[in-house]
Amino acid sequence: MHPLLTRGRFGLYLLAWIPLAGILTYLLTAGGRLKWIESATLVLPLCIVYAFICLSAWYSVKSTSLEASSLSRLSLTHILAAAFISFLWVQLARLLAYFLSGATLFPNLSAHLSAQLPILFGAGFLFYLLAVSFHYVILSLETSREAEARAMEIGVLARDAKLKALKAQVNPHFLFNSLNSISALTSIDPARAREMCILLADFLRLTLGLGEKSSVPLVEELSLLERFLAIEKVRFGARLKMEEDIQEDCKKLLVPALLLQPLVENAVVHGIANLPDGGTVRLASHCQNGTLFILVENSFDPESTPAHRNGLGILNVRRRLEARYGSLASVHVISEEERFRVELTLPAEIEEAKT
Amino acid sequence: MSGQTRDKIGALIVDDEELARVVIRELLKSHPQIEILAECMNGFEAVKAVAEHKPQLIFLDVQMPKLSGFDVLELIGSDVPVIFVTAYDQYAMRAFDVHAVDYLLKPVGRERFDAALLRAKNRIGEEMPSAEQLAAAARPPHQFLERLVVKDGTRVTLIPVDKLDYAEAQDDYVALATGGQKHLKQQTIAGLEACLDPTRFVRIHRSYIVNLERVARIEPYAKDSRIAILAGGARLPVSRAGYARLKALLDERG
Repeated sequence: MHPLLTRGRFGLYLLAWIPLAGILTYLLTAGGRLKWIESATLVLPLCIVYAFICLSAWYSVKSTSLEASSLSRLSLTHILAAAFISFLWVQLARLLAYFLSGATLFPNLSAHLSAQLPILFGAGFLFYLLAVSFHYVILSLETSREAEARAMEIGVLARDAKLKALKAQVNPHFLFNSLNSISALTSIDPARAREMCILLADFLRLTLGLGEKSSVPLVEELSLLERFLAIEKVRFGARLKMEEDIQEDCKKLLVPALLLQPLVENAVVHGIANLPDGGTVRLASHCQNGTLFILVENSFDPESTPAHRNGLGILNVRRRLEARYGSLASVHVISEEERFRVELTLPAEIEEAKT
Repeated sequence: MSGQTRDKIGALIVDDEELARVVIRELLKSHPQIEILAECMNGFEAVKAVAEHKPQLIFLDVQMPKLSGFDVLELIGSDVPVIFVTAYDQYAMRAFDVHAVDYLLKPVGRERFDAALLRAKNRIGEEMPSAEQLAAAARPPHQFLERLVVKDGTRVTLIPVDKLDYAEAQDDYVALATGGQKHLKQQTIAGLEACLDPTRFVRIHRSYIVNLERVARIEPYAKDSRIAILAGGARLPVSRAGYARLKALLDERG
């Protein structure tokens, strides 16, 4: 659909032709060959017709976009088109003059015009090129509006995805079980109940905060995990043991936000929770030669069904790392004897200093 | 130890989380007619405690290590009214399928708890469905068993189905053969067959289901009958219909 063929826009377009028609009328009277009235009678219908013809420039403009075409091809296309269309227009003018010559008012119009034909051709040529550049302006406006709409759509999609991720990460059962623990503690140990409320609030706040960012220093992700494990520790008591072995200089390296949380949650829900006597969740990290290694390890029951061990968590982690780092990152899942290990490697990135 | 003559209602609390048990204990304080006979940290303890204390009511968590609440229910049979207590609402339908008295969601509130208790009191002494019906209902829909639970006295054994060599019908029981041992389970062979993946287990005879992986060879035995020899050396009769089923499955596998 032609962008100008809408109500309002088309009226403005025709208005823009009025000064052009005025200039052309003036030019044709120059040298005294044509009278004002002759010139105006000829130019008015010609310009109306030409206004429509020039709309066709849109299609050649669209097919030769400024970014994709070379300058020579661009100018050649439009100059040839301008010459050809202007030539047709001149023939149209001659035909019109010929018919008007029959009328008593303009006895010698045809003869008078023939001397002015180069001016007419030149004007037609320039008008067409003017229309071309005008259409380029419209094209770029349309493109930028489309790009804006697309960017907005992408933004909405990304936020949607983030919300979904958040919902998946803050497992409702985790919340319900924590609330149940709090409700138990209120009567037997009110101080610990309050402590647990604060842990839970901190955990939720951190989750929401980290979800806003695309990547965070490892140390921030770790502080979330520590709170998560502290809450689960209240539930599982002595059954849940934790170990942390994080090299100091890894702590400032960047990791995708909320990357590890689902892995640690899996370690508890599918590992420790299935063991009557519990087990250990171990977090370790070191960096070497520009690569960051992260390990999440837990005890598990080898007899539990495989569906209980893997699940969506690892798949999501894999997808996120792949989308972000491509082949530079990897996820290894190893289940041996009674230990379940997820090893991540990713490029060591440091947050750029804030200015 | 029999609790049949007491005027109080004897109850069992089964949950792997200490604090979850605390909540139930707390809520029971205002119901002096309920006596807590024992608290159990897992399914194994629960099965044992049921045999020992003969409770009239059980508060049962669903998600527990190794033995889930549904497994426990399958093992203890049907005489005791059960109230499930869990944070997961996706089990509610199944809970009522297995004739649970009620289904409480964590965190548990006082009003909801009292209502459940009232329902339980009305149910005590009522007829309950058979263990087999419970077992079938407890199984997640559209899913075959990954492991079997067997109770021998108060000892509970878990048998992953890929460790099962074959099953043999013995009246109201099935004998489950695994690695040279046999475990008796109160279930009919047809009931067991329905729970097992039909691409891995075949009913080769009125009284036998065999694990396809274990079949070493099949030999003719008499007119119209054959015998299956398993990797472990066991020899099982194969009926004509059973042979047709076995052959169809083996052909399918190529």
